[in-house]
Amino acid sequence: MLAYTIKRLLAGVITVWFIATATFIAMHSVPGDPLMNDKAVTEEIRKNLEVKYGLDKSKPEQYFIFMKNMLAGDFGISFTQQNRKVNDIIRDHFPVSATLGLLAVFFAAIGGIVWGALTALYRNRLPDIIIMFLVILGISVPSFVFAALGQLSLVKINQLLGASVIPVAGWGTFAHMLVPSLVLGLGTMALLTRLMRSSMLEIVNEDYIKTAKAKGLSPLRIFFKHQLRNAILPVLTVLGPQIAAITTGGFVVELVFAIPGLGRYFVQAVQQLDYTVIMGTTVFYGAFLVFMVILVDIIYGFVDPRVRLQ
Amino acid sequence: MSDSILLNSKSTNTESLDFTPSEIALGVEQITRPSLSYWEDAWIRLKKNTRALISLYIVIGLTLFTLIGPLLWQVDPALQDLNQLSQAPSFPKTAIFIEEHIRWEGIILEDFPAEPDEFLANLPAPANLRTAETPTTQAVRIRWDPVVGAGGYAVYRNQHLPEGINDLGLPLGTKLGGNEVSYEDRLNVEGRDYFYSIVTTDGYDESDNYVTLKVSPELSITRADALVRGLITEDSVIANGDEINLAFHPFGTDYLGRDMLARLMEGARVSLFIGIVAPFLYVMFGIFYGGFAGYFGGKLDAMLMRFADFVVALPFLLFMILFKIAFGIGPGESGVLPMLIALVLLGWPATARLVRGQVLQIRTQGYIEAARLLGAKDHYLIIRHIIPNTMGVILVTLTFAVPAAIFTEAFLSFIGMGVAPPTPSWGSMCNEGVKTMLSHPHELIFPALFISITVLAFNLLGDGLTEALDSRMRSRE
Repeated sequence: MLAYTIKRLLAGVITVWFIATATFIAMHSVPGDPLMNDKAVTEEIRKNLEVKYGLDKSKPEQYFIFMKNMLAGDFGISFTQQNRKVNDIIRDHFPVSATLGLLAVFFAAIGGIVWGALTALYRNRLPDIIIMFLVILGISVPSFVFAALGQLSLVKINQLLGASVIPVAGWGTFAHMLVPSLVLGLGTMALLTRLMRSSMLEIVNEDYIKTAKAKGLSPLRIFFKHQLRNAILPVLTVLGPQIAAITTGGFVVELVFAIPGLGRYFVQAVQQLDYTVIMGTTVFYGAFLVFMVILVDIIYGFVDPRVRLQ
Repeated sequence: MSDSILLNSKSTNTESLDFTPSEIALGVEQITRPSLSYWEDAWIRLKKNTRALISLYIVIGLTLFTLIGPLLWQVDPALQDLNQLSQAPSFPKTAIFIEEHIRWEGIILEDFPAEPDEFLANLPAPANLRTAETPTTQAVRIRWDPVVGAGGYAVYRNQHLPEGINDLGLPLGTKLGGNEVSYEDRLNVEGRDYFYSIVTTDGYDESDNYVTLKVSPELSITRADALVRGLITEDSVIANGDEINLAFHPFGTDYLGRDMLARLMEGARVSLFIGIVAPFLYVMFGIFYGGFAGYFGGKLDAMLMRFADFVVALPFLLFMILFKIAFGIGPGESGVLPMLIALVLLGWPATARLVRGQVLQIRTQGYIEAARLLGAKDHYLIIRHIIPNTMGVILVTLTFAVPAAIFTEAFLSFIGMGVAPPTPSWGSMCNEGVKTMLSHPHELIFPALFISITVLAFNLLGDGLTEALDSRMRSRE
C-alpha cells in the first residue's frame, strides 16, 4: 500500500509538471500580450514594464524562471490588478470555489446513493420510473439552465414568503451556498444515481445475498448491511474524476449566482490576458485535481481490500 | 436424492442399450433462417428498442432541421426587426400604419395655479387618468385631471398591476408643475400591456396615493420603417390607420429583433457541427493512437499510454479555454475552428485508451493467431480483423462523445468563451437569453430545449446501441 501510494504521488508530481509546461506553452502562443492596453503608453514605459515582468528574456529563460518560482510556491504578481499577488488571489478565492465544489460533491454523492438505492428497491415500479426520468433530465439539461431555473425559483420563493429567506446571489452564509451547490451537483447526482442503480441490481444476484436470504435474515438487514454497502464502493471510484468535473464546472454557477470564486477570476484573467493569474490558477487547479483523484484512489484502497491486492 | 436419479437412469439405459449409430436425418438440423451479419443483427435489436428508435428519429429530424430548414425558412438570422423586439412566439401580427412621430407639447393648463399656496400633507392621486390618444408602440400619451395643491406628478410604468405604493419601482418621468397633466412615453414601448401609475407630488416629496391605468399599445409602423423592412413598396397605396402584416416570427424574436427560428437553425449548424465533427476527428485519432499502442505493445505502448494519461489529467475546461485563446480569433471570424482544434487536442485519450484495451484483448484471440499462422501481415490483420471487431465499441463511444461535445460548446459559449457574436450557437443564445429570463423567457427556453433534446437523443441512442451491439446481451434473450 505504501509503495502504491508513493508511486501514485510521484506520478502526480510529474503530471503537475506536465500541466505547468502545457500551460506555459499555451499562454506564450496566445496572440497579443497583457501590456497591449493602456498601460504601455510609450516604448520606454513598455520596456520598463517588460523588464519588471521578465518579458524581455527569451522563452526558455522565462520558462526556467517560471518553473523555479513555481517550485518555491510563488506564482508572481498580477498584470492587471494593482500589484496583487497571484498567491493572494488564489488564497482569497479558492476556498470559496472549493467549498462550493465539495458541498456539491457531497450533495451529489448522498443524492446519487439514496436515489439509486430507491430505484433498485422499487425496480420497474412507479418510484423507479419517476427517478429514472429525472435522471435522464439531469443528464440532458445543461448546468447553466439549472442555475438559471434555480435562481428563478429562489426569486419566486422569496416573493411568495414576502421576505428574502434564501439569498438569490452572493456568498457568505450557508443559505448562500445551498442552492448553487445543489445546482452544481445535479448532473453528477444523476450520473451517480444511474451507476448506483446498476451496481445495486448486479449485487442482487450475488451468492452472498442468496445466502443471506437463505439464512432467513430480514429483508431490511439484507438491504442495508449487504446490498447497499457493497453497491456503494464502485460508485465511490468515479468520485475522484467527478470532483474534477464539478470544480471546473463551477464557473457557470459562480457566474450566475455572483459567487466570488476562483473560476470567475480565471475567466476574467483570460479576457484580460493576465498571464501570471492564468498560469497560476491553471497549475493550482490542475495540481488540486490530480491530488484529489489520487486521494480518492488511496482512500478507496483502504476501504476496499480487493484494490490493494491488485 | 441424486443417487436415486442416477440409478434410475442407469436402469433405463440398460434396457435400451443399442450401439448401432443413429441415422443422420437430413433436413432436421439445417439452418432455416438467413444468416445475419453482426450489423444486421444489431440493427434488428435496435429496432426493438422503442426509446433508441425514437431518439434516432429525433437525431434525423435535427439533421433535417439544420440542413433543409434554412431552405424552407429563408429569413436572414442577422436581420433585425426593430418593430418586434423580444417578441414572444405568436401568430402573424398586424400593425397599424401611422404618421411619423410629431413632437407633442403635452397639456399644460393655463387656468390652474402652478405653485400651490400651501403645502398639503398628503395629496390625493389624480382623478380621471386616461389615454389622450390611441396608444401605439410609437408613443403612449396619457393625461389626467389636475390635483388642487399639487406641485408636480411622478409617472411610473410597470408590466404588472402594482401591489401597493412600494411596488411601483423607479419613476419613468416626473412633471414639475401641478398644471402639467400629461405624459408621453416613447421608451421602448412594446405591443404588450402596461400599467401606468401617477403619484402626485408637492414638488419634492411624493404622496402615498397613486392611480393606475392599464394601457395596451397597438403595434404600429411608419411608412419609412415599412419601406426599410420591405413590407410595402414605394408605390403602395396605404392610408394612415390601415392594417399591414408584419414579418412573421413563429418562435418569436430576440432582444435585437432577430428571428429566433432562423437563429436556432443557424445555431444548430454551429452546435451540431462542433458536436459531431470534433468527436469524429478525435475518435479517429484515438483509434489510430490506441490501435498503434495496443497492437505493438511493449515499451512503445507504455510510453504512448503515459502521455495519454498526462493529457487526461489536464483540467478539461481550463485547457479548452487556454487552447481556444491560444489559437486566437481574428476579426470577423466565428471562433468555431479554434474550438474544434481544442476539443480534438483534449478529447482523444479516452478513445485511445478504450481502443488500446480492445486491441490488447482481440490480439490474443484464436482467430488472430490462426490468421497469423496462415501468413497474414500486420496491416491485413489490423484492417480485416482488429478494426472491424472494435467498431461496435467505437460507435458507442462516438455516440456518447457527441452530447459531451455539444455540452462543452454550450458551456464555453455561455461563459462568453465560445463562438464570437454575431455567430449564433445554442450556447451563446442561452447566454443572451439568460439576461432577459424574467421578462422574455422564450429567448432562453428555446435554445436550452434544443440543447437538451439533442443531448437526450444522443444519450438514449448511445444506450440503445450499447445494448444492441453487446453480444453478451444477445445470449440473455
